[in-house]
Amino acid sequence: MPLITSNKTQPEYDVIIVGSGAGGGQTAYTLTMEGVKVLMLEAGRSYVPQTETAMFQTGHTSPLRGASTPDKPFGFFDATIDGGWTSPGEPYVRASPGRENQFKWWRARMMGGRTNHWGRLSFRNGPYDFKPYSRDGLGFDWPLDYEDLEPYYEKVELLIGVYGENHGMENTPDSAPGVLQPPPAPRVGERLLKQRSTGIGVPVVAAHRAVLTQRQDSKNIPPKLHPNNPKAQRVLREAMDSRAACFWATSCGRGCSIKANYQSTTVHLPPALNTGNLDIVPNAMVREVETDDAGRATGVIYIDKTDGSEHRVKARAVVLAASAASTVRIMLNSKSKRFPDGVANSNGLVGKYLMDTVGASVSGQVPMLENLPPLNEDGAGGAHVYAPWWLYKEQIAGKLDFARGYHIEMGSGKMMPRMGTGSGLERFNGGGSWGKAFKKDVRRYHGSFCGMAGRGEMIPNEGSYCEIDPVVKDKWGIPVLRFYWEWSDHELNQVAHMQRTFAEIISACGGRVLSGGPEKDRRDAIHPGGDIIHEVGGAIMGENRRKSVTNQFGATWDVPNLYLTDGAPFVSNADKNPTLTLMALAWRSADHLVGELAKGNI
Amino acid sequence: MKSPFSERLDRRTAIKWMSTAAASSLLKPGAFALESTPAAEPGVTIAEAFDGPGYGTDPDLLKVYAPGELWPLTFDAHQRQTAALLCGLIIPADEHSPSASDLKIHDFVDEWISAPYPQQAGDRKIVLEGLVQLDATSETRFGKKFVDLKSMQHTELCNEFAIVKPDAVPDPSEAGKSTRTLQRFFRTFRNLTAGGFYTTPEGMMDVGYTGNVVLATQPKPPADLLAKLGLD
Repeated sequence: MPLITSNKTQPEYDVIIVGSGAGGGQTAYTLTMEGVKVLMLEAGRSYVPQTETAMFQTGHTSPLRGASTPDKPFGFFDATIDGGWTSPGEPYVRASPGRENQFKWWRARMMGGRTNHWGRLSFRNGPYDFKPYSRDGLGFDWPLDYEDLEPYYEKVELLIGVYGENHGMENTPDSAPGVLQPPPAPRVGERLLKQRSTGIGVPVVAAHRAVLTQRQDSKNIPPKLHPNNPKAQRVLREAMDSRAACFWATSCGRGCSIKANYQSTTVHLPPALNTGNLDIVPNAMVREVETDDAGRATGVIYIDKTDGSEHRVKARAVVLAASAASTVRIMLNSKSKRFPDGVANSNGLVGKYLMDTVGASVSGQVPMLENLPPLNEDGAGGAHVYAPWWLYKEQIAGKLDFARGYHIEMGSGKMMPRMGTGSGLERFNGGGSWGKAFKKDVRRYHGSFCGMAGRGEMIPNEGSYCEIDPVVKDKWGIPVLRFYWEWSDHELNQVAHMQRTFAEIISACGGRVLSGGPEKDRRDAIHPGGDIIHEVGGAIMGENRRKSVTNQFGATWDVPNLYLTDGAPFVSNADKNPTLTLMALAWRSADHLVGELAKGNI
Repeated sequence: MKSPFSERLDRRTAIKWMSTAAASSLLKPGAFALESTPAAEPGVTIAEAFDGPGYGTDPDLLKVYAPGELWPLTFDAHQRQTAALLCGLIIPADEHSPSASDLKIHDFVDEWISAPYPQQAGDRKIVLEGLVQLDATSETRFGKKFVDLKSMQHTELCNEFAIVKPDAVPDPSEAGKSTRTLQRFFRTFRNLTAGGFYTTPEGMMDVGYTGNVVLATQPKPPADLLAKLGLD
């Protein structure tokens, strides 16, 4: 079973998975390794990182030196295909007034979805993060505990490969010995940021990222992940042996042709395909889930984007992993007599409680880092250090004016020059220079800049949600989403705290703030919703079917053979970037689905 | 300014400058609209994809591209000659690297200002108006176009317009307008020349960037550098 076209699908599958990213990839991996026959539908085109990734291409051979454009918002070499905050032929509607209430929706239309370009930051949620309501009375508790997910965090970390270190910090879980890969050594500027941050009470430790710093242990990990399953062990061993360790060059946002970092297309999908249990149809834009009179999902209807034709495929169970908002859209568009407001939406909660990550940043210039000698600081293609949230005790004691934490992604380094290198130096060199003096200035300042980005927890609110727009449709005639967004004082005050803290760290480095800082208005400082590309929620899980859309396994209350394994069931959005948690939940959901199929419940 | 320390933060700024540039008067109405507003519902916007004649959302990333390949260039012979001269003045050859004109960065500047995107359309206006003003000022002051001036005269104009003292008080008069046009032009042209130059192999070597090579082990910072900076 392989990559196929619409006319090659089987009459019926065990499971249909919509989406091929972190959630769909993990679900397909777990199911196919257990012998379940799966059809995966991906709305974008097929994509092969080994042959398509721009690994060593540099600006001078690319359009506009690789700079960002509306066609490629993260730059020419970014892995994203047919996506960005807009996507061709697929509009969406923003209905909240006010600049800071505009939701921005990043999509990628390609095999593997957004996993191809993401930052690879992979943090575990801590015990507090599953019980936020119990802790401070805001938002909702998850219907599971850290202990329930801990084994799955370990499995995912072993499968995808995550570098990092254990520090025993509050609500920042350690991994078992031997699970994490060794972290890279910090860059010069990162060492300075670490030293000075620590000096003012902000702890800086090794970042956790899904990048191999050494080859995976293909002898011992497969039996650990798939005990008593020789075929799965063999398939995984082959997959692990096909991955190289990082060769300390190129940015991970381009993707990775040597499979050193995690992307669904290099880590989840190849072994799933090699089980022989997976068919994938690319360019398959799913419109709706079909249900029978008994309220069970029977399959989905999709548009084949290559010719606009409509197709119906059938399975014993349907898994939506299209990304939180896309999953919501499919559900709301799946109207039937039994589900007039959309499938599994009898309580009207589908689309509610959308969350993103709270983001704000400050940049600075540090004289100590001027005139660095020639260096190779490419490193592992992303951050080597970060600061986990460090004020849990102050927060619970009521000493802060916001309820949830943030971590700091901080960076500095002598990175590859790009558009922007040499720009703006008139701020430092007395009003500008030209000639040999300018060349000297560029040499002096390159690598002396630093930046800090806060990534904080947003509390779900009633004003951040989406629904189907009554008028607008995409180019395939499918009704689109209309987004509403608002921030509470918790997020805005958190951003103000970020701005103060980051300015203090830059001062502690002897530097000066270039953008942002305490005087910046918090409504200007906060990134718009969706800007951090961590949108989750919209179909939250819970213990009570009146107050949630799915149970703790992502199975919808109304339709027990309809599962959600992307960010949609997230109950809260801890400051820890959601992808690792999403994959751990997807593995757990898939295990549950395997059990239900085996028991004949589905 | 865009801080070069990380792709992640850098790209966050992308949309910000795109929307700034979208206000440029050079844009044909609707041609580059990122969003439109249904008249019936004030405040409601539709986020739609850019549909200008760019390289699209799925370009070949592995191909080698040259200026003029994706969209027609703008400069005529005189403009190109002036741009080449400016590139060489802003980034001349020294003991570290060749000049920006040696590396034909003026052709990159042409590619940039000719691109069908909002940001570039904004820079196009600044560069083309600046080139006209540069010749006008050269004629007024020295009776010749910029390319025909003597080296000392180039130096005089560059010192005057490429350096804007932080405490300088802008001249609001009509005469001050040409000064502001040229100051803005020099700043933009310098940014473009630098971006074009330092992204070449020669420019990367000049600033001491030695990455983008396959290595078996991670290179560590030199111990003497860390000692000098007092870092672990």
